This record gives sequence, structure tokens and C-alpha cells, in this order.
Amino acid sequence: MDFLRARTWAEALELKAERPEATPIQGGTDVMVEINLDRGRPAALLDLNTVGELAGWSREGEWIRVGAGVTYARLIDELGEVLPGLAQASRTVGSPQIRNRGTLAGNLGAASPAGDGHPPLLASGAVVEAESVRGVRLIPIARFYTGVKRNALAPDELIRAVRVPTAAGPQYFSKVGTRNAMVIAVCSFAIALHPENRRVGTGIGSAAPTPLRAVAAEAFLAGELDWTLGRAGGSALDPEVAARFAELVAGAAAPIDDVRGRAAYRSHALAVMARRTLGWAWHDYLRAGRGAR
Amino acid sequence: MRVNVTVNGRKTAADDVWEGESLLYVLRERLGLPGAKNACEQGECGSCTVYLDGTPVCACLVAAGQAEGREVVTVEGLASGDAQAAGEGGLHDVQRAFLAAGAVQCGFCTPGLIVQAHALVERAAGRVPDDAEIREALAGNLCRCTGYEKILDAVRLAAAQRATPTAPTPSP
Repeated sequence: MDFLRARTWAEALELKAERPEATPIQGGTDVMVEINLDRGRPAALLDLNTVGELAGWSREGEWIRVGAGVTYARLIDELGEVLPGLAQASRTVGSPQIRNRGTLAGNLGAASPAGDGHPPLLASGAVVEAESVRGVRLIPIARFYTGVKRNALAPDELIRAVRVPTAAGPQYFSKVGTRNAMVIAVCSFAIALHPENRRVGTGIGSAAPTPLRAVAAEAFLAGELDWTLGRAGGSALDPEVAARFAELVAGAAAPIDDVRGRAAYRSHALAVMARRTLGWAWHDYLRAGRGAR
Repeated sequence: MRVNVTVNGRKTAADDVWEGESLLYVLRERLGLPGAKNACEQGECGSCTVYLDGTPVCACLVAAGQAEGREVVTVEGLASGDAQAAGEGGLHDVQRAFLAAGAVQCGFCTPGLIVQAHALVERAAGRVPDDAEIREALAGNLCRCTGYEKILDAVRLAAAQRATPTAPTPSP
């Protein structure tokens, strides 16, 4: 095994072009587990910890550009206001020690269907910024996941950043697990309301070969919600609409039975999380509307 | 490969390090610092918690090469670091609180818990954290003996001690 050190982003791209089989490593919270438990031995590790360009985030218009080296701890501390769904999901990642090292880009690189970062990225419509010596490629998040632990990156590409739209409406994340910490999701769900264009975003985790959107549920809900806040401050959520939304979310998943849970349980739990998160989000939407008048 | 790293304030180097090796292995097997414990090797148990550039991390998940040029503090460093200030055996306040509260049984998880509790007490800076905060801070450290209650006591004790400065200066 080789240990490749990149000091600059340009150097990292050169190294990845020369050694496309090299596994990039940031926090090591996935990569090192594979090596420690002898589940796989990469030909080379490409350490990106030392690439300063990756360590920050910036605001670019209506977007936040989260560098590939930004840890979950920093997402929680610094971006909770502008990216609430992602920050909520980040709080559920592993433990403090894991959140001090693990990164969103690492979640995307590993592309586990159970990764906590994926559902809020899908719900908010994030874009992955991939780069190689050949240039930059912007990959819409819904097209990024291509299979179980597989993603759309070319062998010579590295994730430079994740571009996430700043929240224009309420966002929620929910996750089922056996404990309140240190848990790989049995299944998870994220919702984002986009009042500016009266759209709904969703993301399902750990209930299909890849993280995915519940597209039919989004379209149904966007059409049913009474987005007008008016003088009365908007109308309460119709329980039948919520129930149908929950059903469509569960229907979008393709869960399996495995060590963490049964398929039938996952479908049930997804419906519950969809209904609950919608309730929380709509409550916030109405409250914000009343406050704004 | 050779890895140069500052451990507990001392610049040191480890040789013949395998490229896929963890920082934990380097500390324990190459630098003779067995304080951080090797248990799950997947970041689940927290018994290998050390400071890396001032941040608590699982040493088993840091590739040895990633520690190059960085500063590591292990549980051994907490004790010796405060040797002059501390009393018996040069133990740190957090360590003495664990002893006083009976928060140690088999002791395997203790070094990781001490480091993580130390980070919490330092961050609280004299405030005694509530139960939710302590539980959240220690969520990544597993103990199979104590049932955690006495560990929570130890953290509250250490935090309270930090809040009350020792030996107030007598007025002239």
C-alpha cells in the first residue's frame, strides 16, 4: 500500500490522475474501518487532510459551498441556521469523536445507502462538485448515487465540494435506530419545503439500494398544500393529505430485510417519519407566515 | 514509512510504519503508549480516544500518515502534563474525579472516557453540564461494567471542581 500526501488541491488532482485506484481519505471514519477489519485493502491512500482549500465553506449567492474537508462538527456549529436539514442529520452521525473527523464528502464518496448526509441533500436539491485534471463537473445529487456504495465519480475525479441551496423554508430530518447515538440508520427521511416555488423535496435513506427521492410524494404534496398564508395565517394540514403523502413515501422505497431491520418495518417507519416531519415542517411554515405579517 | 508526530508535547518519530496502519497502533505498539485502548477498531467504542490537534478523535480511525506533523495528546499526557499542579501521582483532576466517584471497574474504557470527559470539562470551563449534555458528549464511549451512573457523577464532580478554584488566596 502507498500513502500519498497532497498539500494542495492541484497536487491532489495530479495524484488522483496518476493513481486512479487510490482511495481518498479525509476523516477515515469509513476508510479505516475497512482496512482495520481487513474488509478491503486499497492500493493506495490519498490523504486530503492537508489540502487547505477543502477545509472551509463559503456562501455563493443562494448556495452554500461546503468544502470536502468540512467535518460534521463544523456543519452543526456553523451552518445550522442556513442548512437546518443537513445540520439535523449531521447531529445524528456517530458520536462526537466521529463528527469531529467525518465529512459530508466522505459520506458521498462511500455512497452507503444508510449515510445520514444523503436524505437532506436530496430534499434540498444539492449539487456535487467533482473535479479532475480534466475539469470541473457539477452532478445533481439525485444522479450521484448509482448503486449500493457506488457513485457517479469517474476514477480520476475527487469531490471538491458540495453545493447546497440555503433553506428558504422548513426542513426536517428523522432517523430510526436502536439508540439515540452511534447508530447506522435502520431507515431515515428528510423533508424540505420550498415555498418560493411551492415545491416539496424529500430524501429516503437506508431503504433502497441507493438514497433516493420520493418523487410522486413530492408532486402530490406540492399540489395539495395550501401555500397561501393569507390573513388567516394559512390552513392546517389535512390529515388525509399527510396520510397519502406518507403512503407515497413508503411506496417509493425498495427496502430489504437485513441485520438492522425488516423490509416491512422500514416501510412502516418511513411512513411514520414522513407524516411526522411533514407535520413539524408545516407547523413551522404556518408559524413563520404568522410572524411575517 | 516514517511518521513524525508530537505526542504529549514531545517530538517523536515512528519507523517502519505500514501505510494502512492506524494512529492507535503507532501509539501503542511503536511508541510504547498503551493508555489508549484497542477494542472495536471501528470507532464504535471510544476507548482509543485521543486529542489530535486539540480535538478528541478515535485514534483507530486516523491513518498513521495523517498524524504526520500534528500534535497528539493521549491519556498519559493528561496526567504528566499537570504533574506539578496535581496531587497524588500527578493525576489530572478528571482522573481523580473518576477515582473518587468509583467510576472505574475493569478500566478498559477509562482512558477514552477520561480524554472525552476532559474535553467536555474544558469546554464547559467551570459550568457543570446537565445530564443531557454529558450523555451526548460521552455517547461514543462504551462501558460494559459501570452502567454509566458513576461516570456521570465523576464528570459532574470534575466540572464542579473546575468551577471552584482550589485554595482561595487569603486576603492580607
